[in-house]
Amino acid sequence: MSHNLLGTARCIFQRDLLLAWRKPADVATPLAFFVIVTSLFPLGVGPEPQVLSRLAPGVLWVAALLASMLSLGRLFAADHADGTLEQLALSPHPLTPLILVKVAAHWVTSGLLLVVLSPLLAMQLNLSGHAMVTLAITLLLGTPVLSLLGSVGAALTLGVRGGGVLLSLLVLPLYTPILIFGAGAVTASASGLDTQAYFSLLGAFLLLALGFTPWATAAALRISLD
Amino acid sequence: MYKYASPKNFYALAGRLVPWLGTITLLLFVFGLYLGLYVAPPDYQQGDSYRIMFIHVPAAWMSMFVYVLMAGAGLVGLVWNIKLADMLATASAPIGASLTLMALVTGSLWGKPTWGTYWVWDARLTSELFLFFLYLGFIALQAAIDDPRRSARAGAVLALVGVVDIPIIHFSVIWWNTLHQPASIGSLGKIIAPTIYPTMLHPLLIMSLAFFLFFFTVVLIRMRGEILARERHTGWVMQIVRSDANAPEARP
Repeated sequence: MSHNLLGTARCIFQRDLLLAWRKPADVATPLAFFVIVTSLFPLGVGPEPQVLSRLAPGVLWVAALLASMLSLGRLFAADHADGTLEQLALSPHPLTPLILVKVAAHWVTSGLLLVVLSPLLAMQLNLSGHAMVTLAITLLLGTPVLSLLGSVGAALTLGVRGGGVLLSLLVLPLYTPILIFGAGAVTASASGLDTQAYFSLLGAFLLLALGFTPWATAAALRISLD
Repeated sequence: MYKYASPKNFYALAGRLVPWLGTITLLLFVFGLYLGLYVAPPDYQQGDSYRIMFIHVPAAWMSMFVYVLMAGAGLVGLVWNIKLADMLATASAPIGASLTLMALVTGSLWGKPTWGTYWVWDARLTSELFLFFLYLGFIALQAAIDDPRRSARAGAVLALVGVVDIPIIHFSVIWWNTLHQPASIGSLGKIIAPTIYPTMLHPLLIMSLAFFLFFFTVVLIRMRGEILARERHTGWVMQIVRSDANAPEARP
């Protein structure tokens, strides 16, 4: 085990990816949820292509939001159960950057896969090619923010009874700005409008979340580990 | 001043303050409602329906104030480890949530005669709705954690994240609203702010003060309850409970 911060960070990153690789079912479940939820909508609102392409941005973004939230459960739970989190908190390195690395690894195995999967579902909902690209870009900018904000909720509900439902209550209201601008960009792109402003705002949210949430998550984890 | 930071002294101080605050609140409510419902003239556009403003606007103002107060108290509790600040945050949350709900309900009742429908996705109503969800999250999180110390600290972190996010939610919703809806509906602010007559402004200010004092009255009562519950193993609380049990009027 290396002793400098970068080495430790890389070690944690590789470990988390390896753990996800060894348990593919855990990674696949939120993705399956994403696919199923979006596939349910045509059954509910009817198969007319115009209706579907009108609803597609909102449906895809809400489904991605929920899928990302569902994957938060495994962010800290296993490490909390086997004592890894306590070791991290006790390590000589500050907890905040280590948390950032854990969230990054989690995003690679959840949010990034949603981005990769999104064009397929966009096709299903009759979204135009240009809007499909916009959807992928907004998800690429937005899902890290979801993971970062979600990590605060995941840390706060660690080991709390009814944690899963509670987590949704804590995290979903915080997600609204991302949903508004993410789905807004896809809608604008589908009607041929410029999406530059949306990308800038989502980028700004990402920077804000990168700067602030790891501290909040680290503080929440220390409270949960008390 | 410092001696009131101890729960025991604060309990006694709050007990002395509550009757006074309660009486002033009641008088202000009566006076404000009298001015608002009888003295103020009907609005030239909205008739008498605008009078719900005297409840709606103070409730909406207070709902935001209470959240900020809650986050501030949470921060104080988190940083300086002051039990009373923790209790203030915990005691404020249900009152803040009720005020938010009141603002939502009165807003939707006001919407029926002015907009013709009970609910529009108006930017202010929408962000008030999400404020309500944030309150619910805070209350649910604190209720789910049994250890009072951990519960208070977890709530504080959540309230602080929420207080940073609330302005972002608010401005996002305004942006979203202007994108989705044509400006056929004037915002409430335009009706109230620039062209308000003193006869309408005075009851509004008095009602705001009444709501403010109402909040402090109720929060002190709730904090007294919190103090008794958390300090129930200490001698002075046992003494209070015992003397209450022995007092003749306490017996049914």
